[in-house]
Amino acid sequence: MKIKKMEYFFELFLGGLTRGSIYALIALGYTMVYGIIELINFAHGEIYMIGSFTALIVASVLTLKGFNQISILILASLAAIIYSGAYGYTLEKIAYKPLRHAQRLSPLISAIGMSIFLQNYVLLAQTSDFLPFPNLIPEFEFWEPYSHIIGSPQLVIILVTIIIMVLLTILIKYTKIGKAMRATAQDKNMAMLVGVNINHVISITFIIGSVLAAVGGVLIASHIGMINFYIGFIAGIKAFTAAVLGGIGSIPGAVIGALILGWTESFATGYVSSDYEDVFAFALLVFILIFKPAGILGHSDAQKV
Amino acid sequence: MITIQEIKKSLIVSVWFMLLTFPIMVIRVNTVEKIVEWRWENMFFIGISVFFLSFLWRYLMKRKELEKKPDIGTWEISILQEIVKKPKILICCSCCLVLFALLLPFIFSFYQTNIITNALIYVMLGLGLNIVVGLAGLLDLGYVAFYAVGAYSYALLNHHFGLGFWSVLPVAAFLSAFFGILLGFPVLRLRGDYLAIVTLGFGEIIRLILENWNEFSFGPSGIANIKRPGLFGIQMSLETSIIYIYYLMLLIVIFTIFVVNRLQNSRVGRAWIALREDEIACQAMGIDKTKTKLTAFALGATWAGMAGAIFAAKTTFINPASFTFLESAMILSIVVLGGMGSIIGVIIASFILILTPEYLRAFSDYRMLIFGATMVIMMVFRPQGIIPNVRRTYKFSKSRIEN
Repeated sequence: MKIKKMEYFFELFLGGLTRGSIYALIALGYTMVYGIIELINFAHGEIYMIGSFTALIVASVLTLKGFNQISILILASLAAIIYSGAYGYTLEKIAYKPLRHAQRLSPLISAIGMSIFLQNYVLLAQTSDFLPFPNLIPEFEFWEPYSHIIGSPQLVIILVTIIIMVLLTILIKYTKIGKAMRATAQDKNMAMLVGVNINHVISITFIIGSVLAAVGGVLIASHIGMINFYIGFIAGIKAFTAAVLGGIGSIPGAVIGALILGWTESFATGYVSSDYEDVFAFALLVFILIFKPAGILGHSDAQKV
Repeated sequence: MITIQEIKKSLIVSVWFMLLTFPIMVIRVNTVEKIVEWRWENMFFIGISVFFLSFLWRYLMKRKELEKKPDIGTWEISILQEIVKKPKILICCSCCLVLFALLLPFIFSFYQTNIITNALIYVMLGLGLNIVVGLAGLLDLGYVAFYAVGAYSYALLNHHFGLGFWSVLPVAAFLSAFFGILLGFPVLRLRGDYLAIVTLGFGEIIRLILENWNEFSFGPSGIANIKRPGLFGIQMSLETSIIYIYYLMLLIVIFTIFVVNRLQNSRVGRAWIALREDEIACQAMGIDKTKTKLTAFALGATWAGMAGAIFAAKTTFINPASFTFLESAMILSIVVLGGMGSIIGVIIASFILILTPEYLRAFSDYRMLIFGATMVIMMVFRPQGIIPNVRRTYKFSKSRIEN
C-alpha cells in the first residue's frame, strides 16, 4: 500500500516536472521581454500556438509525402522555430514598437488586441476543432527498461529544457548580444549612449523568446497529442504565472517558478480534483501577486519620483 | 508622391507577409482523409492587400509624427465635441435621440428591438468599465466576472426562492460591488499590468467555478426558465415583454449616463482622473489611493452586476459560456474604441461593435478578428479613441486678453 502511494507520488512528481519544463520554456519569453521593455507580451501564448500549428502542418504534409520520423521531427521543429521567430519579430514591429513611448496601458491593450487577432486568424484560416498532433518524439530502444518510470517523450522534454536553459544562460552571460541585452534591461538610454542598437536588441529578444515558445509548443503538442487555436491563451497565462512566481525579469526565477507551478498543478490534480486544474494555477497567481508581487528571485525596486 | 523606394519597401513588406502567413493561410491538411489542400489564392490576396495597407500604414505613421510636433496633448476637435460644448445644440440633439429611442419599438420589428436592447446592455457594461479603465486607469480584464455574478445571482435567487426581478436587481448590484471590493482590496496595490493579469485570473476562476461546481450553478448546462421582469403583476406576452425590457433598459442606460456623467465631475471622479495621471502626485495631494481605487472598482462592478441581472432576465437562460474572457475583451474594445473616459464615445462604439456584426452577417465570422485589429490600430494611431474625452479646461478668450 505504502509503495503504491510512493509510486503515485513519484508519478505526479515527474508529471509536474514535465509540465514545469514546458512552462519554463514559455515563461522565459515573458521574462526576457519584460526584463527589457517592461511589457507583458500578452500575445506570447499565441506565438507558441502558431509554432505548434506550423509544426503540425509541416509534419502532416511531410508524412503524406512519406518522409521518415526523424527527418519529420527535425524539419517540423525547424519550421516551427523559424516561423515563430518571424511572427515574434513582426509582432513587435507592428504592435509594440510604435508604442514605446506611449502611456503605460497602451502597449498592454495593443498586446491583448494582437492576441485576439492571432487567435482568430488561426481559427479562420485553419479550423476551430481540436487537431490530432502526430507523436514526433520517437520511443528510444535503449530507454525501454526504464520507460515504466518515465517515458521517452517526457525524458526528451526535460532534457531539451535543460539544454536550452544552459544555452540561454551562456548566451546572456558570455556573448556580445547578451551583454547588450543586459545593458538595455538596466538602462535603455545609457545603453544607447554607449552604442547599443536598442531596436536590434529588442527584436532579437522577441525572436529568442518566440523560438523558445515554439520549442515548447512542439514538445507539448506531441506530448499531449491535441492542439487547437485556443491552447495559447491558457498556456500563456500559466507561463506568465510561472514568470511572476519566480520574479519577472529573472531568468533562473522563471525556471524555478515554472517548476513550482508544474508541481502544484500536478499534485493538486492528483490529490484534490482534476476539474479545477486551471483554478489552482490562477489561484496561485492571485496569491503570489498579493503576497509577494516581486516573486521568489525578483527584487522590488523602489519607485522613482 | 509615391517614390520607387516606397514601392520597393511595400513590395518587401508584402513578400515578407506572404511568406509569414504561408503555412497557416495556404496549407490546410485534412488529417482524416489525408488530403492536403493548397489555397494559393489566399497568398495572392495577402500579398495585394499588404502591399496597399503598408502605404496606408506609412502615411498614418507620418501623419502621427507630424501631429505630435506642434502641440502635445491637444487633439483635433471633432464636430461632435463642438456639439458637446454648446449646451443648446446638445439639449436639442439629445431630445431628438430620446424621442427616436422612445418610438423605436414601434418603427422596427421585435427582432430589431431585441438586438438594440442587446446593444444597450453593452452600452451599460461599457460605461461601467469606463469608470474603471477610462477614469481610474485600472485595466480590468476580468470585468465579465461581475457581469456573471449579477446574472447568476438573479438566476439562482429566482430559481431557488422565486424572487422577482425588481427585488433581485439591487441585490445583484450589491453582490457584484461586494465581489469588486473583495477582489479589489488585495490587488489594488499592484502595478497596472499585474492588476490586468490578476483580474483576468479572477474572471477565469469565476467562470471555471461556475462550470465545475454543479451543485451550485448547474454546471455547463446552465439555468433555464428564468422569469422575465414583471410590471405590477401584469401578464405580458413575449412581444410586449420584449418591448418592456427595451424601455426598461433604455431607462437604466439613461440613468447610467446621468450617474457616470455626474461622477466624472464629482470629487471622487476627479480623484480617479488624478490617480490615473500620476499616483504619487495624487497621494501627495492627500487622496487616499486605496479607497479611491476601491470605489472605482466597486462602482464599475455595480453596473456590471445590474447589466448581468437584466441579461439573465432578458434571455431567460444563462450558462458559463456567456462569460468568457472574449466577452471581457469585447467590452474593453468598446471602451478603447470609444475613447477612454468619454461617455459619448463609449455609447457610439458599443452600437458600432454590437450592431455591425448583427446586420452584416457575412462580417460576423470576422468579428473577433476585427476587434483585435481595432484594439491594436486604435492604440497605435489614435489612443484617445474615436471621440476623445474633453477635459475641463479654462480658455482665455481673445477679446479679454486684448482688453
